[in-house]
Amino acid sequence: MGGISATSLLFPGDGEDCSDYDGNVSELLNLRGVTVELPTAAGWVRPVNGVSLRIGAGECVGLVGESGSGKTMLSLALMGLLPAGARVRGEVLLGGSEEGGASSSPTKEAGSSAQTAREAKNLVEFGEEEWRRVRGREIAMIFQEPMTSLNPVMRVGAQIEEAILAHEPKIARDLLHRRLMAALEQASVPEPEARAQQFPHQLSGGLRQRAMIAMALAARPRLLIADEPTTALDVTVQKQILELLDRLRRDMQLGLLFITHDLGVVARVADRVAVMYAGRIIEEGPTEEVLQAPQHPYTKGLLLASPRLERGKLKPIPGSVPQLTALPPGCAFSPRCEFRREECDRAVPEFRPAKGDHNARCVLL
Amino acid sequence: MSHILEVRNLKKTYRRGGGVFADASQGERFTAVDGVSFSVGPGETFAIVGESGCGKTTLARMLLRLIEPDEGVILFDEHDLRSASPQEMRAYRRQMQMIFQDPFASLNPRMRVGEIVAEPLAIHEPRLSREQREKQAAAMLQRVGLGEEAMGRYPHEFSGGQRQRIGIARALILRPRLVVADEPVSALDVSVGAQVLLLLQDLQRELGLTYILISHSLPVVAQMATHIAVMCAGQFVEFGPAKLVLEHPEGGYTKELLAAVPEIPRTGQV
Repeated sequence: MGGISATSLLFPGDGEDCSDYDGNVSELLNLRGVTVELPTAAGWVRPVNGVSLRIGAGECVGLVGESGSGKTMLSLALMGLLPAGARVRGEVLLGGSEEGGASSSPTKEAGSSAQTAREAKNLVEFGEEEWRRVRGREIAMIFQEPMTSLNPVMRVGAQIEEAILAHEPKIARDLLHRRLMAALEQASVPEPEARAQQFPHQLSGGLRQRAMIAMALAARPRLLIADEPTTALDVTVQKQILELLDRLRRDMQLGLLFITHDLGVVARVADRVAVMYAGRIIEEGPTEEVLQAPQHPYTKGLLLASPRLERGKLKPIPGSVPQLTALPPGCAFSPRCEFRREECDRAVPEFRPAKGDHNARCVLL
Repeated sequence: MSHILEVRNLKKTYRRGGGVFADASQGERFTAVDGVSFSVGPGETFAIVGESGCGKTTLARMLLRLIEPDEGVILFDEHDLRSASPQEMRAYRRQMQMIFQDPFASLNPRMRVGEIVAEPLAIHEPRLSREQREKQAAAMLQRVGLGEEAMGRYPHEFSGGQRQRIGIARALILRPRLVVADEPVSALDVSVGAQVLLLLQDLQRELGLTYILISHSLPVVAQMATHIAVMCAGQFVEFGPAKLVLEHPEGGYTKELLAAVPEIPRTGQV
């Protein structure tokens, strides 16, 4: 599995995966049939079940789901941070990199650094030693509450320097400081010299999230996973952070996996969106397509249940998310679905194409 | 006349810094609520919206005297709450209840749901028999969409949305007239949050409740409110009928807040 080249991945010829890739963006991450299993008292459960997803360089993919959908467990799998005892199957392929956003061909010679241009790696097979070279360096992550991810007794600057040193231990002192300042400026932290000397609790929520972003991007990763990065922020601050992330991913050709429960946020940041329910992606496609012409009843339900500024009758989805230990045999949404039919409970529906590269796992399509 | 709640020039100041052991002169004064006045009519939903630190939660708690104001007048049914005796306050308090944000933190984990919901009755109506209390609790649980079988179970056995329903049942068991809901759905998933908002609307109609809704979310407020006050730095910077505030905001701050809300595009074919 580990020897699959990035070129062959662009044309997977895999019937099960119908998210056709347009090839305009160079491919960065390719998930194929990723399954995460966790041991519980009631036996093994699958918080992530056969997830296939692609992210190109400079592309933002929104991963939408409610609690228990598996979106956070998926992101932890991408960081090699799953809880002890977890089993992962499938392929998480991190494509060959190239700083300038050239094609993903593995035959292309790497110019600038030893990190570039080579065959895609299947991260699922990685041991802790290999993870240490990827985590933070190639894939970085920011979280909902920066206060819990920042060290409260360490100055902000020192923490960012630590993130750089973890991957470049021999970096010169003055270069390290320049990289720190560059990282803070990149994240639009005002007065970077002064902020670097402060402790996390001295910063506002928005500045803390900027410091987190500076830290995540200091080692120049190619993929950033943002797990509800603005959920704890005020809307006006959220707007600024979303604009910042949007600018960074364009400037740095950064792949961005943006995890959120908020469809409005997805509409603002994501090129494509994948909707997760009970461990599976049940609908995916270009953001506008999915939000304006949702195909899966769950996606439709979420849209009708989301409060908008325009007053209208909210329509909740009846019932609640099923327990992973008691999933129905077929479509996991069928017990809550108003369009339920007999065939829904026979087997988990395969992806069916709606329009272009918009697909949904629903028998109604 | 005919206001269920009237608030005049309410103020609350805290000392920042200084610490618990410092004397009262130390630390700088910080005004959480800075001279707020408003009135709420029966059956209305008065929403107070603002960003974190604007003073909305301090204000909400002062209305029930869970926090003592420094200055100002609170009239509930034309009775001055701040000069009420403890006995009088107890009588008023059963008519004003609160729903909290975090249904995980606000329910006693060691009590069965039946006891949690019936507890206010045990306090305010000690003459009721245990059976009568349980009967009322069961009926109220039914009303908020939970079965009678919930009575014997513990809070941890329920999902977030169900716990919020338990919190609502407990708040409503005394048949209050005014309910202060502090971020009632912000800890819940979208699909479940919508269930709770609709439940609150149904209960309001059915029981003739008046709501004071505290929220940071303009979309949530837009669905619920008859009147909206936009709060910033301890003051109301704008207030009026919901439609007017949302569609024709006057203040720059209100406009800024509205513009920052990430809007979901209209669905073409649902």
